[in-house]
Amino acid sequence: MKTTEAISNLSVARPRRTEPAWVRSIRRNSVGLIGMFIVATVVLMAISAPLIAPHDPAKLNVRSRLSPPAWAAEGDPKYLLGTDQLGRDVLSRLIHGSRVSVIVGVLGVAISVVVGVIIGLISGYMGGRIDSLLSRTVDTFMSIPFIILALAAVGFLGPGLTNLIIVLGLTGWVTFARVVRGEVLLVKRLEYVTAARTVGQSDWRIALFHVLPNVAASIIVLSTLQIATVIIAEASLSFLGMGVQPPTITWGVMLSEGRNHLATSWWLTTFPGVTISLTALGCILMGDWLRDALDPRLRNG
Amino acid sequence: MVRYIATRILQLIPPLLGLSVILFVLMRIGGDPVAHLVRPEASVEEVAAVRAAYGFDRPLHEQYLTSLVMIFQGDFGTSVRFRTDAMPLVLERLPATMQLATAAIVVALLIAIPIGLISALFQNSPLDIVLTLTSTLGRAMPNFWLGIMLILLFGVQLRWLPVSGMGDLSNLVLPATTLGIGIAPALARLLRSSMIEVLRREYVTTARAKGLTESTVVLRHSLRNAMIPFVTILGLQVAWLLGGAVVVEEVFAWPGLGRLIYRSVQVRDLAVVQAGVFIFALIVMIANLLVDLSYMILDPRITYGDK
Repeated sequence: MKTTEAISNLSVARPRRTEPAWVRSIRRNSVGLIGMFIVATVVLMAISAPLIAPHDPAKLNVRSRLSPPAWAAEGDPKYLLGTDQLGRDVLSRLIHGSRVSVIVGVLGVAISVVVGVIIGLISGYMGGRIDSLLSRTVDTFMSIPFIILALAAVGFLGPGLTNLIIVLGLTGWVTFARVVRGEVLLVKRLEYVTAARTVGQSDWRIALFHVLPNVAASIIVLSTLQIATVIIAEASLSFLGMGVQPPTITWGVMLSEGRNHLATSWWLTTFPGVTISLTALGCILMGDWLRDALDPRLRNG
Repeated sequence: MVRYIATRILQLIPPLLGLSVILFVLMRIGGDPVAHLVRPEASVEEVAAVRAAYGFDRPLHEQYLTSLVMIFQGDFGTSVRFRTDAMPLVLERLPATMQLATAAIVVALLIAIPIGLISALFQNSPLDIVLTLTSTLGRAMPNFWLGIMLILLFGVQLRWLPVSGMGDLSNLVLPATTLGIGIAPALARLLRSSMIEVLRREYVTTARAKGLTESTVVLRHSLRNAMIPFVTILGLQVAWLLGGAVVVEEVFAWPGLGRLIYRSVQVRDLAVVQAGVFIFALIVMIANLLVDLSYMILDPRITYGDK
């Protein structure tokens, strides 16, 4: 009895169900495609906001304040997702709010990439004292919670879109520096880099033309994931009143205003949050998929 | 072993120095720090007197050295809002945050361990895919919004739980759940992949061949080994946890250190912000130190070069 049990256990557990490669690739791709679709939708929404928004997002309408979504009882069919405390159309504000998220996400991460790549390249390539100094700097930044550093920096610099982008960019570079440094250390020893050096190419030429292309895949994957982090951070800071200020429309500000009407108007907090989550989800799905597709070394990391 | 621990503690010094530089810069990016210490109608002489009293008239490198000495003495100056020393204020709020963070870790483990185990045991099954997608959604949700939704559901609609302030255990449920859900996905994902890795090992096959029950194989032989990378990521999540605490404490009016820092940033109470950020960073550093040391218990094979 015991033996048969053991054998049946073996047969159940040993060979994990192996799918044909094409099934796997379709499943992976379909998740990645969903991500790409979401990201593309948000970007298109940001670009064409004034064209597709059904109403003027800033237009006050006192008579239809706090109107529930169209399908709810007492909902006004003119306002699909309802109106806020000043009678402004929630859907139109969501569409316009995507602009800040896209701008902050893309520019903030761009700054992080530039700073992180430069520091990572220098650190990994130069080695020695410079490397240990820069690595300790990275360690230090890692130990301060990202959002707290950003909160304090934006708070002291003064809130606003530009400051927010700069601060999120300058606090988010550490991951890039770490990964680039690690990759440089690996690539540095490869034969073709030695070959390039033997031929007499300068350090910077080697770094730019031989090392950087090798780390490009990791950077693309990390950037996609970092955009999700930055979009959530922007929303959090704007929610705390330390980010983008009204009348600029952002999802975080919409949430913070809606919070005052939580007991009566659930749609004011629900829809902006769903939108932020979906946007971040799109970036994460796309990033995970790119990671699997481009860079097997980063998998499960 | 003692030598290893001592070395590891000494290694905290460079990041602490780095931290002092970051704090020094942070305190000055908002413009002249004296401007926040004097009344707006203060005369030029008064401003100069305050500047001299705080040492802001001296060269920057001297100011930095003074601030460094003060930091290592635990002296971060006086709160302009509370008119007392900043450090005691910060320490007074710390237990509330630690309570919240600990509860959040418990919630996260309660969610992550079953999800990670089930996903690993039924790898690539529809159940695994559903759980993975749910975890990804958990990663994508901003924690303050999740908190608001929980308030909406359990506080406003169902009226089951209190939604703000600190009191008995029921006050802790919603904020801890909010914060815990934030770190659970990363933990579940990691546990899934390290379990899959461990289950393929030969000693697991041996254990099964010996006729041990599946639960013994999974819990005794596999889970313990899969926990090693798990502890690392838990250490790394401490920084995230404390960052999340700022927002979650504000949403639930939880009187912790995160909320104190936020409120102090708002009124530019520099001393309190400086002390608070310092303590948070110190906790993260100590957490990572403990993670390193815990390897010695979890994995006796790791030796530290001193026999």
